Amino acid sequence: MNDELHEEIRAAVGAILKGRSARGGFDAALWKDLSDTGFHLLGVPEEVGGSGGGLRDLAVVVDLVAFHASAAPVAESAFLAGWLLAQAGVAVPGGLVVASLDEVEAHRRGGSLRLSGRAAVPWARHADHIVVLARDGDEVSVAVVPVGELEKAENLAGEPRDIAVFDDVEALTAAPVGVDVDDLRLRGALARSVQLAGAARAVLKSARQYVAEREQFGRPLARFQAVQQHLAALAAEVTAMRISADAALLAVEAHHRPEFAVAAAKATTSAGAHVVATIGHQLHGALGYSAEHHLGAATTRLWSWREEFGNEAHWQDRLAAAVVAEGSWWSTVAGGAR
Amino acid sequence: MTATIDLAAHRPGDSELRLRDEVRQFLDDQRAAGAFRPRSDAWMSAADPAFSRRLGARGWLGMTLPTRYGGHDRSPLERFAVVEELLAAGAPVAAHWIADRQMAPSVLRNGTEEQRRRYLPGIARGECFFAIGMSEPDAGSDLAAVRTRAREADGGWEITGTKLWTTGAHFAHAIVLLARTDGAPGDRHNGLSQFVVDLPHPAVHVRPITTIDGEHHFNEVVLDHAVVPAGALLGERGAGWRQVVAELAHERSGPERFLSTAPLLETWSSELRLTDPVAAREVGRLTARAWTLRQLSLAVAAALAAGRSPEVAAALVKDLGSRFEGDVVETVRRLAGIEPRPGADGLAGLLADAIPHTPAFTLRGGTNEILRSVVARGLGVR
Ligand SMILES: Cc1cc2nc3c(=O)[nH]c(=O)nc-3n(C[C@H](O)[C@H](O)[C@H](O)COP(=O)(O)OP(=O)(O)OC[C@H]3O[C@@H](n4cnc5c(N)ncnc54)[C@H](O)[C@@H]3O)c2cc1C
Repeated sequence: MNDELHEEIRAAVGAILKGRSARGGFDAALWKDLSDTGFHLLGVPEEVGGSGGGLRDLAVVVDLVAFHASAAPVAESAFLAGWLLAQAGVAVPGGLVVASLDEVEAHRRGGSLRLSGRAAVPWARHADHIVVLARDGDEVSVAVVPVGELEKAENLAGEPRDIAVFDDVEALTAAPVGVDVDDLRLRGALARSVQLAGAARAVLKSARQYVAEREQFGRPLARFQAVQQHLAALAAEVTAMRISADAALLAVEAHHRPEFAVAAAKATTSAGAHVVATIGHQLHGALGYSAEHHLGAATTRLWSWREEFGNEAHWQDRLAAAVVAEGSWWSTVAGGAR
Repeated sequence: MTATIDLAAHRPGDSELRLRDEVRQFLDDQRAAGAFRPRSDAWMSAADPAFSRRLGARGWLGMTLPTRYGGHDRSPLERFAVVEELLAAGAPVAAHWIADRQMAPSVLRNGTEEQRRRYLPGIARGECFFAIGMSEPDAGSDLAAVRTRAREADGGWEITGTKLWTTGAHFAHAIVLLARTDGAPGDRHNGLSQFVVDLPHPAVHVRPITTIDGEHHFNEVVLDHAVVPAGALLGERGAGWRQVVAELAHERSGPERFLSTAPLLETWSSELRLTDPVAAREVGRLTARAWTLRQLSLAVAAALAAGRSPEVAAALVKDLGSRFEGDVVETVRRLAGIEPRPGADGLAGLLADAIPHTPAFTLRGGTNEILRSVVARGLGVR
């Protein structure tokens, strides 16, 4: 992801996000800035009202929002809701739109589609519309509904993880779609992989700076070999997380064994979260443990995101099933015909 | 993040995928014909010159060398695909390994026209094998402390010193040495040069050192006033350190740094039943790790192919990869519950091969502590 366009996106979005890290909540002013520039809907086709661009353009934004620990639901909005809308050819509704992570029962009545059930909808309390996979018998549609009744909850990072309760709610629009909830969750796992890698990079950056500046025993911590070894192990894990997210994006873009690549990336980034948070906190001492310090904004996200859309154990089991189905460990890992 | 660690994922091209299938077919045929039995760490311990010549005949050695030196003008990423398949299969590639991996690119880059013509075609045919003479009794991690001395004599060089842990010197046709040509040991990185010395040589004594698996992989190599021609100098006089560091990016980042124990994992996982949830999850864990490591290793290969010199990234990959190799052995051992038996079929034999090799993974090619300090330096904190 090093070509020029990505560098331009990186610079422009980085300038918007700089210094806007948050512990939980929703940064409405930031969301307005992202909306005004169209970065909030990057990677969503223009035909449905998005900003256009590809998956990896969008991933640059998702990565940076995670890196800066900003309170902006680009993953739930463009990456998930925008993708669902595009799959069904439904126009992006106004305001903040987020995706339901669960499929909901639906039935037709008098020409309209009506939804009933409960569904996990991160960020719903700040959103205007929810995009839902609605099932009516064998037919699955993408439906847009206004935000209504919610049960509020948060993850460890204070990010809204609400439950929407639909009691015979009428869809504003709906159209049949060829994807199902497993596809959505795979896409969610890809988004979280990118986010985990982004937050991990923030931990490395902070640790590097801290050990160079903080002095004990009359010299910077960075002069101590034990500290250097920690930092190198941290950098290795962060780099592994990053490359796995990058490679999964490439695989999805190229339709080259996307399920396998995303499973491997989420297993890698979820497992890496522990290593990164552990070393990161160790190197920052008590300062990093205080709520005022920015480190916690990254590590609480790592601890949350590693569980969301399946933790490493979930995806490891899927990978094992792939090995058994393929009949060879190596050709499962490397691909190619057998 | 510093540019050195900023790797980009590589998407394999069609020719890489095609090559992979060709190599798999070849290996299936070779196995069926009884040409080899898969084993862990075969790239260091299973030397079979006939097998190497067969690979040469298929065009799978010296792949990236220009055709005028007997090579095949293939990309480093095509070579990567071939090498990965050979390693995953546990094929006996040790005879040519060092020659193909690092001496071919090094002689091409640093060698004179005469040296290129002398060594490269033989490397590509699988007939010219190399050993690396870097380490010495008093120069291990601290490689710049080498004492082997080369003095100009009668239009050539006279070399004296002792090299240690020299893998494959007992069958190599040549050894590449790091030796001091100028200054004193205190000058560290300055004054070192590389030499290529043909073997056997009457004043170079190769003595076997048996390893804890009871086998003979490496040697002590004593150079006793060994006289070599002027043309034995490789590259620039005094530039030995720089040349060696460049070589290390090739030496450290390849797929042999995470696939040494792949044959063990392949065999164990082929018996996997999903009804064993503990084993399944571990196979899944190791699968995710291996997949990520090969993305890293591929990214370094792509960076090398693009003309960059990613030494820091290479060190990072080797640190992660070599720890993974040991992780595989420990995981399989713990869950298989089979006593290792040297020479036995199946897992018992594969474990017996792999377990005594585990200490080597994190020592050879630079210890993991040293690799991490290379990474720390790359991060700007040393
Ligand atoms: C199987 C095998 C094959 C080999 N083949 C070759 C070959 O073909 N050619 C060749 O030239 N060499 C070869 N080597 C040698 C290898 O390069 C050295 O073993 C390696 O560089 C380490 O040197 P050493 O063994 O002297 O250990 P030492 O340098 O003595 O290190 C011992 C321990 O101290 C640690 N240590 C040392 N210095 C530091 C430091 N500054 N900070 C923190 N920790 C430190 C090390 O990490 C290690 O854990 C081979 C080694 C093995 C095991």
